[in-house]
This record gives sequence, structure tokens and C-alpha cells, in this order.
Amino acid sequence: MKIVKEALAGTLESSDLLVKVAPGGGSLEVVINSEVMRQFGVQIRKVVDETLNKLGITDGVIVVEDKGALDCAIRARLQTAVLRGAECQDLNWSVLS
Amino acid sequence: MNTIINPRLSGLSCLEGRDLFDGFAKKTPHLADPKAKLDRKVVDSIEEAVRRTGLKDGMTISFHHGFREGDKTINMVVEILAKMGFKDLTLAPSSLLNVNSVLIEHIKSGVIRRIYSSGMRGKLAEAISNGLMDNPINIHSHGGRVALIQSGEIAIDVAFLGVSVCDAFGNANGVSGKSRCGSLGYAMVDAQFARNVVMLTEEIAPYPNTPASIRQDQVDWIVKVDQVGDPSKISVGAARATTNPRELLIARLSADVMEHSGYFEEGFSMQTGTGGSATATTRFLEHRMRRKGIKCAWALGGQTGGMVDLHKKGLIDTLLDTQSFDADAADSLRTSPKHVEISTSVYANPFSKGTAIDRLDMVILSALEIDVDFNVNVLTGSDGVMRGASGGHSDTAAGANLSIVVAPLIRSRIPTVVKRVTTLVTPGETVGVLVTDHGIAVNPRRPEIAERLKAAGLPVFSIEDLYKRAISLTGEPQPIEFLDKVVGIVRYRDGSVIDVVRQVKA
Amino acid sequence: MTLRRSMLFLPGSNAAMLSTAFVYKPDSIMFDLEDAVSLREKDSARLLVFHALQMPIYEGIERVVRINPLNTPFGPKDLEAAVRGGVDVVRLPKTDCAEDVYQLEAEVEKIEKACGRTVGSTKLMAAIESASGVVNAVSIAKSSSRMMGIALAGFDYVIDMQTQRGDGTELYYARCAVLHAARAAGIDAFDVVFSDLNDEEGFLKEVDLIKRLGFNGKSLINPRQIELLHNAYAPTQEDVDYAKRVVAAAEQAERDGLGVISLNGKMIDAPIVAHANRVLQRAAASGVRK
Repeated sequence: MKIVKEALAGTLESSDLLVKVAPGGGSLEVVINSEVMRQFGVQIRKVVDETLNKLGITDGVIVVEDKGALDCAIRARLQTAVLRGAECQDLNWSVLS
Repeated sequence: MNTIINPRLSGLSCLEGRDLFDGFAKKTPHLADPKAKLDRKVVDSIEEAVRRTGLKDGMTISFHHGFREGDKTINMVVEILAKMGFKDLTLAPSSLLNVNSVLIEHIKSGVIRRIYSSGMRGKLAEAISNGLMDNPINIHSHGGRVALIQSGEIAIDVAFLGVSVCDAFGNANGVSGKSRCGSLGYAMVDAQFARNVVMLTEEIAPYPNTPASIRQDQVDWIVKVDQVGDPSKISVGAARATTNPRELLIARLSADVMEHSGYFEEGFSMQTGTGGSATATTRFLEHRMRRKGIKCAWALGGQTGGMVDLHKKGLIDTLLDTQSFDADAADSLRTSPKHVEISTSVYANPFSKGTAIDRLDMVILSALEIDVDFNVNVLTGSDGVMRGASGGHSDTAAGANLSIVVAPLIRSRIPTVVKRVTTLVTPGETVGVLVTDHGIAVNPRRPEIAERLKAAGLPVFSIEDLYKRAISLTGEPQPIEFLDKVVGIVRYRDGSVIDVVRQVKA
Repeated sequence: MTLRRSMLFLPGSNAAMLSTAFVYKPDSIMFDLEDAVSLREKDSARLLVFHALQMPIYEGIERVVRINPLNTPFGPKDLEAAVRGGVDVVRLPKTDCAEDVYQLEAEVEKIEKACGRTVGSTKLMAAIESASGVVNAVSIAKSSSRMMGIALAGFDYVIDMQTQRGDGTELYYARCAVLHAARAAGIDAFDVVFSDLNDEEGFLKEVDLIKRLGFNGKSLINPRQIELLHNAYAPTQEDVDYAKRVVAAAEQAERDGLGVISLNGKMIDAPIVAHANRVLQRAAASGVRK
């Protein structure tokens, strides 16, 4: 999958996150800002990397503004942003699980 | 000068060295001056009052926090002291809140060198947690503050006490005038122990202003100001009334715990602390009290409209008020003979001759964190930054027959139940029960309580199970990294050091 | 016998609610992908719900997903997400006739086979939201072995009927029709949402009505309504005492090998015993009425 346009998903409400994706310049750049950075920064990074990996994203600019969302919300919002940015209509459920 | 010297008194060896009468006003000259007799305490400005107190660099100043987030006095006075060029002062208010963030610049410029407080919030707390001050601040409980003042460790040189109305001699209460904060429980302590008391008032009423929570024989100087505080901001933040369904769920469960604890009998006593679920618990008690046909003999602590409502309905006989959290409470204090104001010393001073908490049955308390040994942190967030207050937490937990801590199991992604608290404020040996939205845990020291709650069909788990449940949702938090510098010293109520707060790593 | 007194509606687009709603312990949780979610957020909500369905903490609560109608661009994808996510029940909005159910069932089976889920494990619920739905309620209720219940949805129904929500008169026939269809088919019946959260008295009045009519439960939009509803549905102590005696009499008759159960000289037949068991089940779930 390739990110071809800018896209957003999620909100800045408590327990949610806002994900912005944009086409990259040949590499993958991931920026994570979180309210719980000190406590869960490593875990959030892990989930984000895993999710992007499964989707086959190797090129793009991903910015995550996290407000204390659980892993399942992080996966969901990130996947949504990427699918929007890749203008992908068909859902390949095996990479989304 | 009057020089009537009675010839009878001269030459007597037994009177050697003694002071002989030299006129009725010799030592109280104000009595000979009609204007001074009545108005000597009232001065034109805070600056003038400060001059009269003889405040010097390095001395200790204090305030009360009865107006909470609506307080205007602390910021105003410190600003003036800064302009007057004071340095190295020790600031000892009963507590500090979000509204006091303007003090940061006065700390930076050296006006304030040391702080004693029950807690702090917002930008000021963040700045101090990030190493703003050279000297660590001292965090004490409400009762512990009185003990520190009594022992002389907090030696208040000047107390600046903001009140709504006082008379020209300084008789003041919190239930009259425009800015009614209700109980002046904290201020009463400062008024008793401070070397100098400067009263800031919005109005000067005719003498005598009654009732006198702060008495004329405690007040040195009086200054009229525009505003000492905004009472509408008292019940915001920690003291608000909640409609949040999760907080109500917890409150209902904690009322169930109270009902089945074994202390829910005719004539019981109780207290609820700040925090949405804690204050909301009173809402669910009425039904249970009527069903059992019992009344509460007295309720202690910060009073709310919820408590006043039960009092008016005859379900709580007496309210002992240390702080009024809303206008209903302030109003009830004014009108109900059995709603009485008590000082922090009577409330919780561990070294007083007897405190109300000694006789308390049940108290409902909040928590930022509680660990598997039931130790409670009400001061620092799980990120290590200060954002709360010790308050009456450790006091009431120590005295009450049963202390019940209420909190959501998880706040956003942050688990409330942890392996080890970030900062230890209230020792687990004084904590009885934890009530969360996922269930209840009882301290193994109280097996009889666990039995009763289980028999009542309440959802009782081990605290380890609640911890595991929290982690299963949030994941295991990384340990916070701190630097070596100590930015806060947490004093247990008896003055001993129970923990320290270190500077967070940026 | 699954208790389905309370079905809590959650907007599928609200991450915070999906992360916390299980604490309120409703009998069922309905993740909504339809009316509560704006068009722009349909894809986002779908994935939130897909992942939320797989949270271990939701085990023990019946999980329902309201998908968009299958003739929208969203419906088929919602269905994939729901079935693959492990949903217990798919709620089909605007069910007008049995054919709507056949269509849904066929799609569900396809997905179950594709993702390796036991065929037949996904249950269905039909939402009746129009006059057609009401008059076809019996055939809808009987249309599939997967059908576990039918729900009346008041908002769209009254619009279709060219009236408005009021004191309940406008739902009179629809409630009875849906209820009878459910009973004829041997499935559960659910009543409409009560949207005025500040009118506790009105809510309790409506709950009392639908309980006496015989509805199994009601759709709720706020956690505060759950406790009120469960308490209204809870039996009184007298009910419980009597139910215990009925069950005891039935057990005694069984032990004695008697074909007829009697209590206080009166004959107790099977439906009465079944009712007694339901009463005890409700009492076990939320105690006696307070």
C-alpha cells in the first residue's frame, strides 16, 4: 500500500488519538506525541510500527497525537488514516487484524 | 505624660524594680487618643500594613485557601511584596492551586525562596516538578500543617488573611458580605499562631461583626481591598458536583460499601473528600439511610450542598465544617445552628488535645494512584509531575474506623492501581477499602470487612486482580525517569518524612 | 435463557466510550455504525468497532453491531468488520420484509465461511422502523434460525407513520405487533429508545408499561438508564418467594414421578414454571427490586 495523499483520522478527545498521514519522500518518518509518553511511549511506538508494517507502509510521514488511547483505538485510527491516505477502498482483513 | 506618683509607694524595698502606675493610658496610649482607640488597625494600603508588621527578607508569610480557585489574595499580596523589593521569603499558604501559577516569576526572581503547602496544581506544580526551586518544597497534610506551625518549623511572621467582611477591629467570618467562602477553618489557625495578622477585607462593617471566626484579639492590621476572592470558583476542579456516569457508578458502589461495612448504624459519622466520585457518594446515602431507618450523627470535613441537603432533611444531625465547597454549604453555615465551623486544629492536628478525626467512622477519599499494598498517592501523576494535594487524606485515613478510597480503575490510559505508588502520601496500613468501576478490593488487614462485603453480594476482588485487569487494558507502564534532585519533601502528619518527589527528567 | 433487559447504544465513532463502556454492565452492548456515525466517519468507526469487538474485556457481555443497510456503500463492509470481529449479533436497521433478512443471512454465511467462523454462530436482530416492517413483523421474526430478537425503533417509525413521539399512543399498535411477532416466533422483543435523559419519571413510566406488556428489554442511550431499568425489571421479594415455591413444587413433582405439579391446591403448568425460573434468573442478576 502506498500513501498518495494527506489524510486525517481520529480526534483529540481524551482516550482517542489524531493521526495525520502524508506521502513520504522515499522513507518512513513516524512522529508520536502522547499525553502518556513517559508511561507508554515505547508501547505506542511498538503498536504503530507493527500496524504500519502489516499494511506494508514503507514510505510516508505519519504524525500521531495521542490522548491516552488504548492499543485497539491506536490500531483503528492509524489504519483508517492510512487507508484514506492510500485511497484504498478494498479492505484486506488479514492485514487489519 | 501623667505623673501621679503615689507617695505611699516610694521608698518601699518590696517594690524595687517594679513598674509604678503612671496613668491609665501609659502603656495603652491608643486609649487616650479617640481616633486611635477605634481606628488604629485600619491602614490605607497593603504596603503600609506590611511596613507596620516589620516584615523583612527571609521571613515567613502565610495565607488560607478558602477561596480555592477563586482566590485573589495570595497572588495580589506576593505581587506587592515583589514590587516592594522583598526577597527570600518562605511562603506557607494552607494550599496552592492552579490559579497561583503567577507565583512562578516571583520564585524565579528570588522573592520566594521556600514553600510549605498541602499541594499544588497546574503550571506552578509543573515548573516546580521540573526543578524551578533551589530548595525542595515541603508538602504537608492539613492537620500536619498545624503541627508544623505549633512546633515552630513554620514560624509565621505575617499571615495575610482575606475575608469578605470584618469590623474595624478585625472580627471576621466567612458567611457574610459579598464574597462568602463559608468556613474559615484554615485561617483560624494562622490567626491563632502568626506573629502578625494582616486582614484584607472587602467591606468594613459596624462593630461588632458577629460571629467572629477570626477574633479582634488576633488581628493587627486591616486593609480594605476590592476583592479577596471569587466564591463562584470554589466548587470547580476537585470540588465540583459530577454528572459523569462512571463517577456516579463508583459513587453508588461506595455507598453500598458504606452500607455493608458494619459501621452503618444509628449515630454513625462520616466524611467525604474532594473528587467527583467522593462527593457524589452522599447522593446515594439518603435512600440507604431511610431504608435502614438510621441517621448520621455528624459529618466532617469540606462540606457540600449534598451534605447540607441530608442535614436539612434531618438525616445528618451536625455538620462540622472545615471548608465550605459551595454556596449551599456557606449559606447553611450561616443559618443552621448545628452546622458549625471548626479550625483545622480541631479537625486534624495530630498533636492537639483531641481531634474530630479521632472519632470518625467512615471517610471516602480519592486517589491518583494506589498500589498493591494499599499505599495511596494523591500528589503526583503517574508521569511524576505534581498535580494534587495531601490535604486531609492521610489525616482522616489515620483517624477513621474505615477509610474508603474511590477511583476509576483507569483514567484514559493511566492505571490507578499500580505495583508501587510514584509518591507515598498515605500509608497502606491506614487504608481499608478501594472502590473502582471494575470492582472492590479490601485491605487484607481488614478481613471482617471483606467478609461483610462479600456476604452482601458486592464484587470483591484482590487488589492484585484489579491491578492485572488494569494492565490488561492499558499495557504495563514504563517506570518514570527522575533526576537526582529532590524538588519536594512529603511530610507525614506527624512531621516525619514519608517520601520525596524528585525532578522529572525532561 | 439469556437476559436481555438492557441494550446500551454506543456510537461506533467514540473511541473513549468503546474503551470504557463495559463497566456499566448492560446485558448487551450495541456498537452503532449507522445513525450515530456521520458519513465521513463511517470508515473510521467501522475499524474502531472491528478492534473493540476483539477486546477480551467485552467477553461476558453480548456484543451487537448495528450495520448500515446493505444497499448503502457502507453496509457490506460493516458486515465484514462485524462478523470477522467476532460480533454476537448483527442488527439490521430498517427491516421491512423477510427478504431483507434472507439477503443479510446469505451475506453473513459467505463471510463466516471466508474467515473460518462457525457457520450459524452470528445471530441476527431485525429493527422494525416502518409501517411495512410492523405489518411484516411475523414473517420477519420467523425468517431465520439465526434471528434472536426484533426491536422496535421509534424515531424512524413515527416519521413513516406521519406522526411524532408523544405519550406512547403513537407506538400502541407497533409495540403490540412487534411483541406478538416475537412471541409467535419464540424470540425476544425490544422496545424503543427513551431519549430524554433528564426525565427519570417518564423513563420509569415507559419501562413499567413495556415490562407489563411483556417486552424482554429496551434500547438505552445512556449508562444512567441501565440501573433504573434493571431495578424496574427486578422482581419484588414476594415475586421471588413465590417463584421459589413454584420451582420447589416442580422439582418435588419430578422427584415423585408425578405428571402434575400442584401448589396450594392449584395446578401449576409448564409456562408458570418457566416464568418462575425467569423471575429467579432476574433476581440472581440484579437482586430484588429496591
